Amino acid sequence: MEYILEVQDLTKKFGGLVAVNNVSMGVYPGEVVGLLGDNGAGKSTLIKMVSGVYHPDGGRILFKGEEVKITSPIDALAMGIETLYQDLALAENLNVYSNIFLGREKLKKFLGFVNVLDHNQMLSESKKVLHGLEIEIPSLKNKIRMLSGGQRQAVAISRSIYWEAKFLIMDEPTAALGITEQKKVLDMMRTLKDQGLGIIVISHQLRDIFSVTDRLVIMRRGFKVAERMTKETNPDEIVGLIVGAETVNK
Amino acid sequence: MKDSSSARNYKRFLISAGRQWALIFLVLETLVFIIFARGFFSLKGLQIIFFFSTAIFLLGTAETFVIITGGIDLSVGFIMGFASIVSAKLIVILSNMGISPGLSILIGIIITLLVGLIPGYINGTLVARLKVPSFIATFSMLSITYGISELLIQGVPAKNLPYLANNIGNGYFIYILPGKLVTLFKKPAIVRGEPLIEIIPNVVVFTFLFVFIFSFILKRTKFGQHTYAIGGNIEAAVRAGINVKSHLIKIYMVSSFFSTLAGIMYMLKYVTGKGDAGATFLLDAIVAVVIGGASLYGGIGTVGKTILGCLIIAVLETGLRMMGVPTFEKYIAVGIVLIFAVLIDQFFPELIHKED
Amino acid sequence: MASNTAIPVSAGKERSEIVIIFARNWALFFLIFLTAVFSFTGKGFFSLKNFQNILYLSTIFLLLATAETYVIISGGIDLSVGFVMGLSSVLSAKIMQIMHEALIAGPVTIIILGTLIAIGVSLMPGLINGVLIARYNVPPFIATLGMWGIANGITLKICQGFPVSYLPPGLVELGNGYIVYILPGKAFSFFHKPFGIEDSQIRELIRIIPNAIIFFVVVLSIFWFILNKTKFGQHNYAIGGSKDAAVRAGINVKKHLIIVYTLSSFLAGLAGVFNVFQTGIGNFTPFSAMYELFAIAAVVIGGASLMGGKGRIIGSCIGVILLRLIANGLSIAGVEPFYRFIAVGLILIIAVVIDQLFPDLF
Repeated sequence: MEYILEVQDLTKKFGGLVAVNNVSMGVYPGEVVGLLGDNGAGKSTLIKMVSGVYHPDGGRILFKGEEVKITSPIDALAMGIETLYQDLALAENLNVYSNIFLGREKLKKFLGFVNVLDHNQMLSESKKVLHGLEIEIPSLKNKIRMLSGGQRQAVAISRSIYWEAKFLIMDEPTAALGITEQKKVLDMMRTLKDQGLGIIVISHQLRDIFSVTDRLVIMRRGFKVAERMTKETNPDEIVGLIVGAETVNK
Repeated sequence: MKDSSSARNYKRFLISAGRQWALIFLVLETLVFIIFARGFFSLKGLQIIFFFSTAIFLLGTAETFVIITGGIDLSVGFIMGFASIVSAKLIVILSNMGISPGLSILIGIIITLLVGLIPGYINGTLVARLKVPSFIATFSMLSITYGISELLIQGVPAKNLPYLANNIGNGYFIYILPGKLVTLFKKPAIVRGEPLIEIIPNVVVFTFLFVFIFSFILKRTKFGQHTYAIGGNIEAAVRAGINVKSHLIKIYMVSSFFSTLAGIMYMLKYVTGKGDAGATFLLDAIVAVVIGGASLYGGIGTVGKTILGCLIIAVLETGLRMMGVPTFEKYIAVGIVLIFAVLIDQFFPELIHKED
Repeated sequence: MASNTAIPVSAGKERSEIVIIFARNWALFFLIFLTAVFSFTGKGFFSLKNFQNILYLSTIFLLLATAETYVIISGGIDLSVGFVMGLSSVLSAKIMQIMHEALIAGPVTIIILGTLIAIGVSLMPGLINGVLIARYNVPPFIATLGMWGIANGITLKICQGFPVSYLPPGLVELGNGYIVYILPGKAFSFFHKPFGIEDSQIRELIRIIPNAIIFFVVVLSIFWFILNKTKFGQHNYAIGGSKDAAVRAGINVKKHLIIVYTLSSFLAGLAGVFNVFQTGIGNFTPFSAMYELFAIAAVVIGGASLMGGKGRIIGSCIGVILLRLIANGLSIAGVEPFYRFIAVGLILIIAVVIDQLFPDLF
């Protein structure tokens, strides 16, 4: 089986600082990989290159085995790479289904020649997606600012599902969520995994990491320092690798 | 507990009534003026309100778009002045070249509309591409536009416009000679002493035509949706793949388009162009938008509600003028209304930013 | 945490020291550059008389810019300064006019009374602004915009649209006087023209240091001191930098902001009174003067950020002088006045773009 997403010798520099230093890793379809590391390790820079926010200074990105150039978020989205940012990137002043369709709104014709928003269609499609994820949101016409953290997370995830993401990047998905909602998010991730998506997740919550990931990649100071199968390691070893001194290769 | 439930119902009634506070205020002030201002309560009076306030409606619409994206456009008043000068001068030049008045006016207006997009384009580029805060960018444009306006005029106001311009600017949409005929746009020849009913000034028709079109755009199209998205969370818009930079440039161009329209209306009404024609309307426009419930932080607001705010200001100013109150009192009144509006927003936030 | 790790600090070190010094003081360099240019484009630009003239005309702007410096650093804005200045100008003149006509007291008393009352009254708009902004959370833009209208309305009501004149004598002398008068080789005096000189010799009289300069040096020094050396000034920067952090640090932000806006309109009141001294009449502020916007522009050119937390009085002064120099230089060079507006707009844009390129200079 080949990787659905792979980076080879990926590098990113900011001025004199090398934020990501020749990192190579990959994710298989149906696999959840945890990307771990302390602050400044280079994790978010790495995923931002995959999601099109940053341009790599060196190395290449392969999607489904073929090299791709991702020059902007739109490129990534078009390929099926969806990113769930820590701040969720939802518009508080818009409602649920408007957020799900943000940037890719469904239109219909008015008076035969003007394109207007097709609210009904967007509403019904959104209902379907949320239902599939087994999330309860009372009214999809509610504005985002009225939703709880877990519900917002669900909206963000639904957006990715609807657009048939093949690869999902999740940055701190359970931070600032209550226990019940954290569990719901992890369940959603397992559902997506079963549907064949490849997922990279960044998180500091080791318990969540150990509960949902298949493989772990640890970064420190821009380098990839280790890779482990989740089943074959434990939190202590991981913490040691995150802060420790040696570079250990699998 | 019968008492508390009726108390609750009463409170709920108060809140939903309070939500319409702007409307209530409008009705109240209208009543005040009907009583105290001679001539207010008549067809003529009603039309005068709209006739003199076209700039407020147009500039208010302009600011609505910009304010929703979280910015502000301080240059609207002076783009209006600029447009009035450019259109006046163009029409004079064209008609001096021998072109018929009607065609001169038409071509002059079209060229002005195109030229008027330039300040907006510059504003938008400064804000979106160079990341200049909108306050500064549009203040600079205000200054530059004013300088260019004065340059074009060189102290001599434009005059000698074709009489047709005056007719259009001061004409009405419908003329009714009671019992005899009804005409559109053309004033029928009347014998002195015959009553002529005039309905809806032309400039008001033009104004509301564009206001309605753009209100539709804001409410129902992708363009409008993206405008709200940018105002609500610009990062979200970027990551959703919206070309925010290009969108913002278009927004400021919409704003300067409406400012240009306001200038053209001014030219038609007063048959001249003046650099500072629109200076005082900036305040009115912003007050109207705020009364209409938009937040200066962006993301909220509609053209419809802004128009309500514009109406409140328009009625206030016209009413005061009809009562013979000098202009200066008007500033005091508008200033007070503004503060009042914002205080209401503070104390009763659920009234303005209601959620369904 | 993770996804928002931006460009690391060390990236900035790429820029050389020279570039940073240049960008930090670009307004000053531009000022010097323009002084050189204008010396060639117009006769009489590069003279003691002209420079003093520039400073003299800048006085009211310097006061307004100081006011805005405080307010902008605190994270707000004050749009009402121009009209509060007009209010105080008209009010003080009106009081003096009434008292003078009624011959109530001697000129000195009238002048002092008129001045003090007007300054006292001009504290009110600032107080109201401050309360609205600090207690009732009205956005500063709106509160001061409302006051802008109200102050203007009251001003016009007092003066009925006409400048207020027929004021006590001695007023103008005070405002336009100089500290040192020299008739080369013949006479030499302080504070007033040398006695006994003939009219024909007045043209040769060298005047040094307008009284105005003493006035604003004193005022500016006081306000510079407050901003840079006192706790109040420190708190001002803190609040502008992060209101939340300031609140949590125990700073009484509400009281502070009320004081800031009161100070602002106090300075505007001072400017208005001084205007009466300068011109001999009480003037309302016309719409087209846009004093407040020029004051704000000067502050931004001087390096302040409209977000708050940044700014220096020196910088704002340089901004004011730069703008006045341009107006002066252009008019001496024979350029039509409207170009000044274009120039101001362009410079402002340059100022902000530079601020963008070098975000952490101050």
